[in-house]
Amino acid sequence: MQTGNLLLLLVVLIGLAYYLGHRRAVAMARPLGGIRHLHSLPFYYAMRSALWCAMPALVVLGCWLAFDDSIIREVVLNGMPVDLRPADEAGRSLMLSRIGNVASGALSADTVGPEVAAAAERLTSLRTTSAMALTVVVVVLAMMGGAWAWLKVSPTLRARQQVERVLQFLFMLCATLAILTTVGILFSVLFESIRFFGKIPFSEFLFGLQWSPQTALRADQVAAHGAFGAIPLFVGTLLISAIALIVAVPVGLMSAIYLAEYAHPKVRSFAKPALEVLAGVPTVVYGFFAALTVAPFIRNIGEAVGLGVSSESALAAGLVMGVMIIPFVSSLSDDVITAVPQAMRDGSLGLGATRSETIKKVIFPAALPGIMGGILLAASRAIGETMIVVMAAGLAANLTVNPLEAVTTITVQIVTLLTGDQEFDSAKTLAAFALGLMLFLTTLAMNVLALHIVRKYREQYD
Amino acid sequence: MSKTTEKVRKTLARRYRAERRFKAFGIVSIVIGLSALLLLFGDIIGKGHSAFFEHYVELSITYDPETLEIEDANDPEQLRYGNFEGVVRAAIQERFPRVEERQDRRALNALLSTSAGYELRDRLEADPSLLGQKETLWLQLDDDADMFLKGSEKQRENARLSPQQREWVLDLEAAGETRSEFNRSLFTSGDSREPEQAGILGAILGSVFTMLVTLALSFPIGIAAAIYLEEFAPKNRFTDFIEVNINNLAAVPSIIFGLLGLAIFLSWFGMPRSVPLVGGIVLTLMTLPTVIISSRAAIKAVPPSIREAAMGLGASKMQVVLHHVLPLAMPGMLTGAIIGMAQALGETAPLLMIGMVAFIVELPTGPLSAATVLPVQIFLWAGSPEQSFVALTSAAIMVLLAFLIAMNTLAVVLRKRLERRW
Repeated sequence: MQTGNLLLLLVVLIGLAYYLGHRRAVAMARPLGGIRHLHSLPFYYAMRSALWCAMPALVVLGCWLAFDDSIIREVVLNGMPVDLRPADEAGRSLMLSRIGNVASGALSADTVGPEVAAAAERLTSLRTTSAMALTVVVVVLAMMGGAWAWLKVSPTLRARQQVERVLQFLFMLCATLAILTTVGILFSVLFESIRFFGKIPFSEFLFGLQWSPQTALRADQVAAHGAFGAIPLFVGTLLISAIALIVAVPVGLMSAIYLAEYAHPKVRSFAKPALEVLAGVPTVVYGFFAALTVAPFIRNIGEAVGLGVSSESALAAGLVMGVMIIPFVSSLSDDVITAVPQAMRDGSLGLGATRSETIKKVIFPAALPGIMGGILLAASRAIGETMIVVMAAGLAANLTVNPLEAVTTITVQIVTLLTGDQEFDSAKTLAAFALGLMLFLTTLAMNVLALHIVRKYREQYD
Repeated sequence: MSKTTEKVRKTLARRYRAERRFKAFGIVSIVIGLSALLLLFGDIIGKGHSAFFEHYVELSITYDPETLEIEDANDPEQLRYGNFEGVVRAAIQERFPRVEERQDRRALNALLSTSAGYELRDRLEADPSLLGQKETLWLQLDDDADMFLKGSEKQRENARLSPQQREWVLDLEAAGETRSEFNRSLFTSGDSREPEQAGILGAILGSVFTMLVTLALSFPIGIAAAIYLEEFAPKNRFTDFIEVNINNLAAVPSIIFGLLGLAIFLSWFGMPRSVPLVGGIVLTLMTLPTVIISSRAAIKAVPPSIREAAMGLGASKMQVVLHHVLPLAMPGMLTGAIIGMAQALGETAPLLMIGMVAFIVELPTGPLSAATVLPVQIFLWAGSPEQSFVALTSAAIMVLLAFLIAMNTLAVVLRKRLERRW
């Protein structure tokens, strides 16, 4: 039976278990004089039956589906004659895909040897058997679970506690998904990175001055020394992020100060959300804007004053990215500025300071840690930003700090290395994961630091 | 007058000037921010509005059985292989009988979109009695001719048409045989290499399926996680660790989630590439922190007196949460979920990693059919060399922004309408 149909059947069984559990609980309560003589409400008895019906079956179903294919493949491969069994990993996957193609009919059985055809037949029959066995096992388990729960229904059964414990456990599982995600991210980038550093030395990656991953694809250019030096990418990323911060920090900070300290409430209630719209615009829109409007504009200006500007200049991407992160700086700064106690303002103004002096000498120093945290968060946003640089910054890994030239960034390279045709094992694709690891660690460190600063500061005035 | 007062007085003018300057900086900053916003929107609208209309040309079509090579219009086989292009060509050549050179004729034919032939086939299929008849039809122009007609004087000079072609198009325009119509294909078809036939329906459907998967996963999981952390979690290291993880995940670059999807879902679990299901799962992991954080805020906002009252009446902790806290916190949770969805709807980078970046003409039929999403479609079109794709891209951006604005407005309205103040 197909998995989808099996799931449907399971849903029906669960519904049945619920209904029967409910009926049995009510029936048991009747001779005692109503449901108030039960330990729990009939709903909980019903839920308990449904859970007993669902959970064992679902767990088995999940495990079965996760592992059956690999087990079947193993069996099929081991069933082949010894001399035909491929020794290495690549040969095995090739053989498996051939067998799979024959089994699905994409490849005619006549074009391959009789052993492969036999293996394909075996694969098909094993798959059918597995699917049938799965159906039987799941249905039997569901029925047994439901029946057992149904039999156990009694006025003294603590059904509510049991159901609630299961629910609470499920809630906890959902909460731990955050940890699982982090672990998943770490593992996915770490494993591939380790494989990458097995091919390219770590020091070469971290300190190499030349980045040209394309050359490493060709087999005749063995090892392609120096082609995976990531320094140009780091410099490019930092250059574009620095331009973005140069735009965003003053604008965002001054906007926040004005909105928090000077602006009329009406102006504030309009301007603050309007600025925050900038954060809601999808990055691909900024990328389009940077590539088609800002970059040509900058190039034209450069030509007018006699400067050679690349059509994919770092400046265009940086400027637009700066606009994107203005709201990050401004709303985080706004939060910390408004959190500075009014008494400090009043004290300073009472001593005769003007408002700007109060802001510069009293509020700003008090809010500085929080503002720094906000700027760090904005910087990590800028470093990890992808679409703007993919669309507006170049692919050429120039080692330069001239904002008018084209540079490339970590994220651009990840995207270019991993989109399009690829083999998963080449140094080229693995390099993307190594870059991803660098990106993850950098932004993680910045975020932890920023959150730490912000939290520490908040406690100060609470 | 004391010495100090004198000193203060002397510097007062300077200090006031500094005050005004400081204030002006603030105003300038806000103006910069807001004008960047206006510039962005103005630029997109300025570039994109023309794509909502396209030009058609009026031609007199003869469904000539000989040219069509169709004898029986009821035979689907014959219809499929009928030479409808030939009929279109004959019609435009009839309109300009003086064009005789082979090369010129080809240039003339190039003025019409290839979709014109398909339209004729559809018409003949719907009404087989048209075979051998004549009718006057409005047919779609090719994107270059369309751009030329839409352009201003200056833009017309740069159009990708030969002088001859310009003459013909101008002739048609002067004779009133061209007209501008609402661009229906933009909303009714999938991607295409021909700008005048390309539409965003495929991408919208892909986005819808992806968002459905994301919503179905992230909303219940996010709420469950928020309930656990707010109501049940003991204060210990493990809980702290979960919280640190959630806060950090909220700030992890989105492309990292794409790497996760590629390495774990595609290579390890062997899920198919380019399908909304995987896209939805990846976006779920990405938006989950947002949903959890806002749901927790909503749960926190429910006053403890509600919980105490329910407990006082004998409800268990779980009953308190499910029967009382959850319904009261629901509006806030919904708002958070909608904002998370809006964030996911605009996301591009992680989807590039899991292969939702293919050129897909067919409309997706479900979460398991290959699809692309609206932002990725924008990215793809932005990289196309044809000039007309710029307008199309901007139009797609306008549609995307309209969706986002609608979602955010909905969130704001929900918050205003449903949220209770205690």
